[in-house]
Order: sequence, then structure tokens, then C-alpha cells
Amino acid sequence: MTLMTMPRSTRMPSDRRGFLGLLASAGVLAAMPRLALALDAGGARTLIDRSLGEVYQVINSGQPGPQMYQQFEAIFARYADVDVIARSALGPAARQAGAAEFAAYRQAFQGYIGRKYGKRFREFIGSRIEVTGARPLKSFYAVTSVAYLNGRAPMEVEWHVSDRSGRDLYFNIIIEGVNMLASERAEIGAMLARRQGSLPGLTADLQQAG
Amino acid sequence: MILVKLLPTGRRLVCLLAGLAVAGCVSQSVQRDGVTINDPFEAQNRRVHAFNKGLDARVIGPVADRLKGDDDGPRDPDAPIGPLQMVINAGRNLSLPVKVVNGLLQGRPGDAGQNLTRFAVNSTLGLGGLFDPAAASFGVTERDTDFGETLAVWGVPEGAYLELPILGPSTQRDAVGQVVDLLIDPLYHVLDAKGAAVVFGLRVASKAGDRARFGDSVDGILQGSADSYAQLRLIWLMNRRHDLGEERAEYDPYDDAAIDPYAE
Repeated sequence: MTLMTMPRSTRMPSDRRGFLGLLASAGVLAAMPRLALALDAGGARTLIDRSLGEVYQVINSGQPGPQMYQQFEAIFARYADVDVIARSALGPAARQAGAAEFAAYRQAFQGYIGRKYGKRFREFIGSRIEVTGARPLKSFYAVTSVAYLNGRAPMEVEWHVSDRSGRDLYFNIIIEGVNMLASERAEIGAMLARRQGSLPGLTADLQQAG
Repeated sequence: MILVKLLPTGRRLVCLLAGLAVAGCVSQSVQRDGVTINDPFEAQNRRVHAFNKGLDARVIGPVADRLKGDDDGPRDPDAPIGPLQMVINAGRNLSLPVKVVNGLLQGRPGDAGQNLTRFAVNSTLGLGGLFDPAAASFGVTERDTDFGETLAVWGVPEGAYLELPILGPSTQRDAVGQVVDLLIDPLYHVLDAKGAAVVFGLRVASKAGDRARFGDSVDGILQGSADSYAQLRLIWLMNRRHDLGEERAEYDPYDDAAIDPYAE
């Protein structure tokens, strides 16, 4: 795993932004340098396979809930573009937030996701998910998989993977059409409204939620 | 009870159909979080939602938890099934004939045949549908459908979002579908009143059993959300449209200048 991601993970988002900016200002197509580290179907598929492997290890470990949620959070932080998911969930308010304020929110959001989705993973004990394919979609790749749960019709689970952060990371999970990014945008929006738009207030609530 | 309430509602059906026609002309849909939402009856829907949520917390949830006591948690797929799963199976089996009819109405004879095969195998070898040898031994799984889907196949627009008392999220098109499903269900035409009541009761119990098994997720949305009405509406619409092969939300946050942190 480390071997495969190392060349990409050493490129920090900020470096990449500066690098791209330089090329763009020089009149070079911004898309060109991406060819070198371009994400492909195989890479996207590998990312999801690895991430699922780690999730199932935790699910089948039989640990107590809170410990599992922490590990799900760590897996989420490792394989998902938490920055873009947290920003997208917050919506336009993300642009106005100060760096420290946003970082605190992002951290709380990550924990909230680990707990909220970790609780649902209880239903996945004894199940399996098979990755079935990957195809390019818009600026990213869609990895398709099927979840086989006990006593339930197989479920389609789709993962959207992008390398825009400088690494291959997933930024959305769509379970039977239910889009995690869209539902979190609605949920975080409602939580922010309940706090009259206060980001520190939302952050405090997120630390308890999920 | 719902059957009794719904069957003599020809007049209400006409109202709904009229509403559907109007909804087709006057679209008030907005894009929210990348999903089309058409909810002109939001104020009324929210009142029904508050009622449903209270009912779920005080009646349906506790009953479901008690049911779940018999048949808790994940189980070995080879272990014998519990009474809860038997009720779910039996109710689901009895919902197959109307799905066969809908498959035919949609021009999908393959789906109809698959459901018919399931019904025949499980009603006999599966001891009246208590067991599911069709899937377990023959790999014949259910093709879930209803008259709401038939209307969608026929090109009827979705109409406005509705939250119905007890029944929960729906649309004008699906609400009409739910009524028509009761009217065209072959079982209700074959059986006498008593038999129909038993069938209906089993189907309701089956739904309750599903609720018991997947109650944690329902609770998470209903009781754990900051705006459970909006959350349920969004999740239900996305899932329903996915099932019907309609609109997909393929939101790309990297294309959104307001979001993308890597944008120049």
C-alpha cells in the first residue's frame, strides 16, 4: 500500500496548487502535468478494494463500538478526501471561515462521520462487498460495487474517486442512489442554521453528533 | 385498517389524479444539494411528518424493538431463520402477485416471470412463503416493483413530494400507485373478505418486521437528524429515483468553484 501511494502522497496539495499555478501562468495546459500522475480505473479500483479490506477487518474484529468508530474515522481520513467532503457539506460558508475555525470544524466533521456511519456498519457484519468495475465520470472515476447483506436484496454501492487533492481519494459514496455528499450537505446545512450560521457552534454540536 | 380506509376512496383517487395532472403542468421544483425537489405542500407535509415521527418514537419503534428481541442481530446465513424472518418472508411472498401484474403492465415479462416463479416455488416448497427456497436454492430473487413504477414507465411525471400518514414518504404518482396496487392485486380478487384481511395483515406485519431489522438506520434519520423532514425527503427521493432508473445526482465538488479547495 505504502509503495503505491508514496510517489503521490509526497506531493502536498499546496505544492501542487503552486505548481499548477505556475504552469497556468506560463500558458501551459493545466491538464498536462496531471497526465504523469493521472488516476486510472485500476488505481481507483485498488483504492476502494484496500479501503474496504480495512473496513471489514474492523467490522469483523468484534471490538466495542467506540473503539471501532475511531478506527473507521482513521480509515476515512486515510482514504477519503475529507477536506473536500467537509467543505462541500458546509457549502458557501466554507469560503468565509478562517483557517483555524475551518480546521476545527473539519476535525469534528471527521469524527462525526466515523461515528454516524460506523453505527450503520453493524448491519454489515457477516456481509461482503464485491467491487465490480470502474469507469471515468466527469472529472473523476466511479467505482461500482455490490454489497451482499444477510436477508436483503444486493445493494449497489458506488464510490467516486478523484486525484484532485494530489492523491487518489474517494469523495462520495452512493448507496442505492443515496448520495452521502448530498445528504451531508443537507444535514450540515440544517445544523448550521440551527446555530444561526455560527461555525464554532456547529463544530461544538458535531463533536457530540453522529 | 388502511385497506378499509383506502378502498372506498374513489373520490380521493380522482383528486390525486387531478393533482398529478396539475403538478405535471405547474412544476415548482428547485435544485437542492444537487437533487430536484418539488415540494409545494411542504407545510402540510411537515405536519404529517411530525405525526409520523411521534408515532414512530412511541408506537412503531418500541413494537419493532420487541419483535427484534426474538431475532436479534446478524446471523449465520446457514443458521435456521427466526420467526421474524418467517413473517417478513410470508408477507413479501404475498406481495408477489401484484408485482407480476405490474411487470406485465410495464412490458417486462422477464421480471414478471421471475416474480411468478418465486411465488410458485415459495408458496409450495417454501411452505406458504415462510421460507425462501427460490432464492436460496434456485437463485431466483425478487424484482421489486409497484404501480408507481408502472406509471413512471408509462411516462407519468413524478408530481409533488408527499409525506403520507403512517405510510411515509411518497409522491403524487406513487400515492396513486399505492391505491391502484390495492385495486389490481389478484390476491384480493381471489380471496374472500376474511382471506384478504389475513393477507393484508401479514403484509403489514412483514413491513413492520423490515422496520425492526433495519430500525437503527430509520432511527438515525428520524430521531438523529437536525431536520429529519428534509433529510428523509432527500434520501427517499434519491433512492426512489435510483430504483426507477430516473434522475441521478452526479455531483462533482471539484467543479464547484465555491467548494473546490484546489481550484485556482
